[in-house]
Amino acid sequence: MKKPFLIQKTAFLTLFFVAFASFLSPSFASGSETEGGEPKKFDPNEVILHHVIDDHQWHFTDHLVLPLPIIVYSSEKGLDMFLSSRFFDEHHNPVEYNGYKLEHNHIYLTESGTAVFDLSITKNVAMLLINATLLFLILTAVARSAKNRTGKAPKGIQSFIEPIIVFVRDEIVKPNIGHHYEKFLPYLLTLFFFILFGNLLGLLPGSGNLTGNIAVTLVLAVLTFIITNFSGNKNYWSHIFWTPGVPLPLRPIILPVEIIGIFTKPFSLTIRLFVAITAGHIVLLSLICLTFIFQSYVVGVGVSIAVMFINLIELLVAGIQAYVFTLFTALYIGMATADDHH
Amino acid sequence: MDLLSPGTGLIVWQFIIFVGLFFLLKAFAWKPILASLKEREESIQNALDSAEKAKAEMASLKSDNEKLLKEAREERDRILQHAREAAARLHDEAQTSAKKNADRIIEDAKAIIHTEKQAALRDVKAQVALFSLEISEKLIKKNLSDDKQQKDLIDTYIKDLKLN
Repeated sequence: MKKPFLIQKTAFLTLFFVAFASFLSPSFASGSETEGGEPKKFDPNEVILHHVIDDHQWHFTDHLVLPLPIIVYSSEKGLDMFLSSRFFDEHHNPVEYNGYKLEHNHIYLTESGTAVFDLSITKNVAMLLINATLLFLILTAVARSAKNRTGKAPKGIQSFIEPIIVFVRDEIVKPNIGHHYEKFLPYLLTLFFFILFGNLLGLLPGSGNLTGNIAVTLVLAVLTFIITNFSGNKNYWSHIFWTPGVPLPLRPIILPVEIIGIFTKPFSLTIRLFVAITAGHIVLLSLICLTFIFQSYVVGVGVSIAVMFINLIELLVAGIQAYVFTLFTALYIGMATADDHH
Repeated sequence: MDLLSPGTGLIVWQFIIFVGLFFLLKAFAWKPILASLKEREESIQNALDSAEKAKAEMASLKSDNEKLLKEAREERDRILQHAREAAARLHDEAQTSAKKNADRIIEDAKAIIHTEKQAALRDVKAQVALFSLEISEKLIKKNLSDDKQQKDLIDTYIKDLKLN
C-alpha cells in the first residue's frame, strides 16, 4: 500500500518541479532576447543583478509588470510625475518620454543628457511603503490588543509579537545601554522590526531586495550615527579627544584613530546588513541560474532542493541580521552614554 | 556599480518613511505596548510577592497553631496531673479519716465495753453478795445441827468471796 503512494508522490513532485522550471524559463529566456529576436546567450550576471538592485518598475514576469510612479525634478523642466510604463512601448522596448530617457535605471534629460533628481517610487520605495504599512498595522494591532486586554493574558498576534519586543528589550537594549535604556527603546525596536520585516519580505518571491539595498542600510546606519553622537556624554568625547590611560605623547596619535572610529561604526553597519542580505539573494539566484545554464531538469530538481535549504538559512540570517544591527546600535549608544568606569 | 551606489531617491524616501514610521510607532505602538508590558510584569511580580507573603503567613500560622496545640497539650497534661494528684490526696485523706473514724469508733466501743464490763462486774458482785446471803441463809437454816461442818463451809465461802 505504501509503495504506490510513494511512486505517486515522487511523480507528483517531479511534475511540480518540471512545471515550476518551465514556468520560470520563459521569463528568464525572454529577458535575454535582443531586439532583433536573435536568441542571446543566457547571462546569469545580468539576471542576478536585475533581481537584487532597485528598479523603476515592478517586474514579476515579462507578462506581469507593475508600472510604478516616476517623480523627477530638474532645474530645466521642474517637477514631473508619470508612470514608468511610459518608458516602454507595447513590445517592452525602451522609449523616450516627454524629454526623459531611462538608461540603466537612471533617468536623464534627452537634450542635455544630465541626470535628474529622481524621487520615483521605485520597487524598493514601494517595498519600503509596504514594509512600513505592514509594521504599522501589525504593531498598532498589538498595541490595541494590549490596551483592550489590560490585566489579562496576551492573545493572538499580541502573544506573537510581545515576546520579540521583550527579547529586544531584555537581551539587546537593557544589557548594552544600562539603566537609561528606556529613552532609546522606541528607536531600537523600530529598527529591529523594520530590518526583520524587511529581510523577511525580501525573501518572498517577486519582492524587492529592500534591506539588501545600500541606500536603505546607509540611512539606518546614519540615523544610528546621529543618535549615538548626539547622546554622547562627556566621557565619550573625552575618550575620543584626550584618551585617558594612554601616555601623553601617544594621545595625539590616538586622536585620528578615535575619530576614524566614529565613522567606521556606521560604515560597518551599512556594509554588514547590505552584504549579508544581498549575498544571500545572490546565492539563491545563482543556484536557480544553474538550471538555465545547464538547461537540465535534473539540475533543476537538485537546485530546487538546495534552494529550499538555503532559503531556510536565509530565514535564519533575516533574524540574525536584524538582531546584529540592533545589537551594535545598542552597543554604540551604550558606549556613548556609559558612566565613567575608570 | 549600481549595486554599491546608493540611490538618492531611495535615501530620501527611506529617511522620510523610516523617521515617520519611528514617530508613528513610538506614539501608537511602543508607548502602549511597553506600558502594558511593564504593567503586566509589575502585576506578575506583585502577585508572586503576595503569594510568597501568603505562604510565609501560612507557615507562621501553622507554627502558631502548633505552638497553641503544644500549649494545650501541656495544659491538659498539667490538669490531668493535678487531677490525679488531687484524687490521690483525696483518697489518702478519705482513707486516713476513715481509719481515724474506725479507730475512734473502736476506741469508743472499747471504752463502752469497759464501762459496761465494770457495771456488769459491779452487778455480779451485788448478785453474788445477794446469792451468798441467800446461800448462807439456806445453809444456816439447813445445817444448824452440824455446827462445825457448817462453820468450815462458811469459812471456805468467805475465802472464796474474798478472792474476788
